[in-house]
Amino acid sequence: MNWKERLARWGIKRSPWVYHVNTGACNNCDIEILDVLCPRFDAERFGIKLVGTPRHADVLLVSGPVTRHTEQPLRDAYEATPKPCAVVAFGACGCSSGIFKDGLNVNGTVDRVIREEDPEAIITYVPGCPPRPEAIISAAVKTLEAL
Amino acid sequence: MATDWYMYLLYFLIFPGFIFSLLVGLLAVWIDRKVTARIQWRVGPPLLQPVYDLVKLIGKEVLLPVGAQPLVFLFAPLVGLAGAVLAAFLLGSVNFLQSSFVGDLIVLVYLLFLPSLAIIIGGSASGNPISAIGSSREMKLILAYELPLALAVITVIINAGFTLNLNNIVAGPGAASVSGFLALLVTLICVQAKLAVVPFDIPEAETEIMEGPLVEYSGLPLAIFKTMEALLLYILPLYVITLFLGGLGEGWWMLLGVLKYVLLLVIIILIKNTNPRLRIDQAVNFFWTKVTALALIAAGLAALGEIYGVSWL
Ligand code: SF4
Repeated sequence: MNWKERLARWGIKRSPWVYHVNTGACNNCDIEILDVLCPRFDAERFGIKLVGTPRHADVLLVSGPVTRHTEQPLRDAYEATPKPCAVVAFGACGCSSGIFKDGLNVNGTVDRVIREEDPEAIITYVPGCPPRPEAIISAAVKTLEAL
Repeated sequence: MATDWYMYLLYFLIFPGFIFSLLVGLLAVWIDRKVTARIQWRVGPPLLQPVYDLVKLIGKEVLLPVGAQPLVFLFAPLVGLAGAVLAAFLLGSVNFLQSSFVGDLIVLVYLLFLPSLAIIIGGSASGNPISAIGSSREMKLILAYELPLALAVITVIINAGFTLNLNNIVAGPGAASVSGFLALLVTLICVQAKLAVVPFDIPEAETEIMEGPLVEYSGLPLAIFKTMEALLLYILPLYVITLFLGGLGEGWWMLLGVLKYVLLLVIIILIKNTNPRLRIDQAVNFFWTKVTALALIAAGLAALGEIYGVSWL
């Protein structure tokens, strides 16, 4: 690990910028993510910020079972994210395709797609349908510890 | 008066140039985020948050998009940063060292244009349709607000007795006349647009075009752009104070100057947090009719006051 990467990892723990990728989620998880930014939980206390483009992101928050149409965009988003970065597989769908597992247009889980892109990727799993905001914050802490 | 070259270098790099203005700018960014959070009943980020953001961005990988023009793409942030640092140095030396030269007001107005120009160039060079949209919006916004901003500067020049020297302008009447006050209002609105914050954050509109011209930037270039924005948050309120509110002052009056600065900053943040975003056509319309009319009235009143010797006009 060179000095630049060490700097980045030190910084990411204090200011993780999150880009939210929806790969076919039912929208419930997405609403729950926004809850974390609301006054009650206020993720900005830890420097967590939602950004509009993967180029600025440190953490890719992927919700949804990865449908056929969203597999390639997910790969592109991971490619477009400057390394080092982390991936969070969000919700029962993100972890294992959930109730959509046998759907005819569901291609497979987040971790399979990301691992095909980069076998070394850091992936954390947040189960729940949808996960509670407390679970999201604890997942954030664990993700950053893994870096 | 023989200042050695290394003193100039110190002035430029440390105080009142780059390092000092960067620290104040980062503090201003923190005040911005904290006040925003308090308005929304949140706690907000810790004091060092802007520093963490910058350090992290410096450490991250720099990605070059496929369709980009690499040289222009990477040098545009430097152009913007250079403009912002020079403007900060100019304003700082007027306010802290009381040194200025004839015509520095004009230089300042041009330097303040460089950051926007850098954003346009960078956005256009990144070969992304979204940043192209952002760049074109930024261009239209500049066309909209530069005219009233220049008219306000002319009003100030007339009121201060036709001087182009910032030291004389600081000593001049500033906003203490009808025309000066109108020009202050116009400048405050234009500053909002120059900072590209709500209601005029049309070029960066996160929710529709994902930060516009900056969409393809990552790592160090993005960090430079963020530094530039932090510097702007220091420069533009200081610009208003220098032109209209009698400068930062000397000695103990400096405390009052700091109060003026924080007050202006909080006003900008409050406007930002209590307004929706305008569309680009609405913004251009607003600037070219209402704001320009106001600025014209201010300049006219100032000229009348100068001709007939009425000091309160
Ligand atoms: S985990 Fe549950 S809430 Fe989340 S996208 Fe899947 S079905 Fe919807």
